[in-house]
Amino acid sequence: MADTENSRENVAGKPMTAPETRAWFVREVLPLEAMLVRYLRHNWRDKSDIEDLLQDIYVRVYEAAKKQLPDAAKPFVFTTARNLLINRVRREHVIPIEAVADLDALDIAIDAPGPDRNVIARDELRKLQGALERLPPRCREVVVKRRIEGLSRHEIAIAMGITEDTVSAHLTDGMCALADFLYGGERP
Amino acid sequence: MSEARETRPMSAKEIKTRAAQWLERQERSDWSEKDRAELDEWLAQSTAHEVAYVRLESAWARTERLVVLRPLLPEQIASPERGGRKRFSPVLIRVAAAFAFVAVLGATSYFMLQPRDRLYSTPVGGRETLSIADGTRIELNTNTVLRARMTTDQRIVWLDRGEAFFQVKHDATHPFIVMIGEHRVTDIGTQFSVRRGSKDVQVAVTQGRVTFDAPGVASQAALLKQGDVAIASAQSMSVTRKSTQALSEELGWRRGLIVFRHTTLADAAAELNRYNRVKLIVIDPVAAKRTIGATFRTSDVELFARVAEVALGLHVTDRGNEIEISH
Repeated sequence: MADTENSRENVAGKPMTAPETRAWFVREVLPLEAMLVRYLRHNWRDKSDIEDLLQDIYVRVYEAAKKQLPDAAKPFVFTTARNLLINRVRREHVIPIEAVADLDALDIAIDAPGPDRNVIARDELRKLQGALERLPPRCREVVVKRRIEGLSRHEIAIAMGITEDTVSAHLTDGMCALADFLYGGERP
Repeated sequence: MSEARETRPMSAKEIKTRAAQWLERQERSDWSEKDRAELDEWLAQSTAHEVAYVRLESAWARTERLVVLRPLLPEQIASPERGGRKRFSPVLIRVAAAFAFVAVLGATSYFMLQPRDRLYSTPVGGRETLSIADGTRIELNTNTVLRARMTTDQRIVWLDRGEAFFQVKHDATHPFIVMIGEHRVTDIGTQFSVRRGSKDVQVAVTQGRVTFDAPGVASQAALLKQGDVAIASAQSMSVTRKSTQALSEELGWRRGLIVFRHTTLADAAAELNRYNRVKLIVIDPVAAKRTIGATFRTSDVELFARVAEVALGLHVTDRGNEIEISH
């Protein structure tokens, strides 16, 4: 439902307003995150860099989109990722062999069709439940109280016998972890 | 442009945590105009901030859907003749109209907008929070038009259409007044909601007290206390007392939710239709009288149709802009 609001197709090549850029990013780029993380993991030796690499790719894609909307999100995102990795490799003078080797294979992956939107909608609730179940117990309890039972921060603090600051801390942890589960799939 | 970013002070993880803290703070009741300005400033500092925030915000918004995991209440199969509002018998006041009722509620009001007045509105499905300089917060529900005149000697708002929730910073010397056509609500240190329907005005007090003037119905203003819900039409006014739980469900829209309990399908459809362009139409009277108990997001028209189909065994036809429900 909410999707129809944003689904007015933006004209490729035109600069976008800030809300348009956001909507485009959420609609077209974030669903690629799981695939992108897999790509980065496969092609980058130091796994502790993944998070920062992902951010840098997002920043480049986002800034480019503000100036000019790419024709298709997927090739654009992965080309950006590839260029970033190549630049990193050059700068750090460390050459992970498989990174270079795999770059050509990437083009094939790009042509694969994206996930069907209807399937996404149908699986959404199951996916959300799955993400929820993977949260640490206390954190999950706070998120359940907020999202399912609709309690306020204050009410949650009283119900669980913890301070409001602790409620907030659990909520922020939960927000981060849920985003990782929902977009990135298996990320730590 | 990209080189400046290389010397960033925060790691991606730290930025993500920061973005989550902003998002969490924003949901608190004391979120202010000043906080909003600080957030905007933080977002403007770097694209990394903005991207992290947009990503978390969209993921968190998706989790709103989890609300459907609230169990459907047993009354979804309750007997069809139980209506939505009947449960709360009006006890306090029922006054016949003493004078001819002049104002036609729900009619478009034409007005001169004075230079000091400010006009606020939300589209169908929209929701917005206004923070007034005096510390008062006003939350506008879907399809709402509100005018505000805030000067040194008066605080008046006109609810021309829709529904709003008020958290008033009390000031005995400058009472806060909400005008709804001819009706007037005056705060005495309060949180309350006002909804302007096509035929009536509803006022619900969640904290403190207000006075409610319904000229043409009662000669004296009614004093409403915490938990009171008053409904005034052109001919009558009734006041009922509701539990905190019932009230907070009634104000579920402040969190983007609608809660139905013993609600007829006709009433439930009408309520959802306030929030959506795709309209639910309950065709036959038999289906219209079935009752439902469930929680929906205000945008969940399709889910509602599915529940009608699967849980109530009704026939659902999707016609694009309209969804028909029949027996």
